[in-house]
Amino acid sequence: MVKWTDQERSTVRAVWEQINIDEVGPEALARVLIVYPWTERYFGSLGELFTASAVLNNAKVAAHGRVVLRALDEAVKNMDNIEDTYAALSQLHYEKLHVDPDNFRLLADCITITVACKLRSAMGPQVQATWQKFLSAVVDALQSQYH
Amino acid sequence: MLSTKEKELIAQIWERLTPVAEDIGSDALLRMFASYPGTKTYFSHLDISARSAHLLSHGKKIVLAIAEGARDISQLTVTLAPLQTLHAYQLRIDPTNFKLFSHCMLVTLACHMGDDFTPVAHAAIDKYLSAFAAVLAEKYR
Repeated sequence: MVKWTDQERSTVRAVWEQINIDEVGPEALARVLIVYPWTERYFGSLGELFTASAVLNNAKVAAHGRVVLRALDEAVKNMDNIEDTYAALSQLHYEKLHVDPDNFRLLADCITITVACKLRSAMGPQVQATWQKFLSAVVDALQSQYH
Repeated sequence: MLSTKEKELIAQIWERLTPVAEDIGSDALLRMFASYPGTKTYFSHLDISARSAHLLSHGKKIVLAIAEGARDISQLTVTLAPLQTLHAYQLRIDPTNFKLFSHCMLVTLACHMGDDFTPVAHAAIDKYLSAFAAVLAEKYR
């Protein structure tokens, strides 16, 4: 279980409160598909992904991006129990979706960068470090049911 | 693999960052030290607190080297030859750290450029920094 200081809890919540899921979700997923094109292997059902503009204009990518970001809300609300909170999602990603966990790290990095574009100077070094600690806990939880 | 368009975009972006090399470089370093404390071990002989002279000059050096490489990416191995030697025989920084620094540089650029740090720019620069790091580590073994 990850330990959080009060400062870290309030930092994660403060960042989360500033995130517009409808904006950040689609953009973060678009970034991962554009910056790391091999991730497209998991998204065969999303249609046109051949060019950056195809990805950016793809409504299914946008919808799925929103789904992923909304799921992060559960982690923000349950920071002391992220592993249990994501047990079912972890099983899904392993048994049904067969996702290599390295991809979780790639998406986490893209989420951080998308958030940084929006928050700009509000995402200083300490805030980034805390936010990344939070996303690492999420990534670990998503791997927890891989066996 | 970098397309011609990407190489032009990369050269443009780093050209614009050269005047603020100190700020960009020191910001990226501070982010790396905060998120990955192990990286501080390479700097035990310097004062790496925010706005310190060492941090600013070191950040500037790194950004100027990246910007110089960006001017002619096809010549990266030639341009970086002296730095290759420095890193292989003197600094001996574990190359995993290049990835950590590159990620923090991307976050710095995102904060600096906001929405101008488009997914296309992000992809191009990530590819460039990966290539840069690979060339830097070429003489290691």
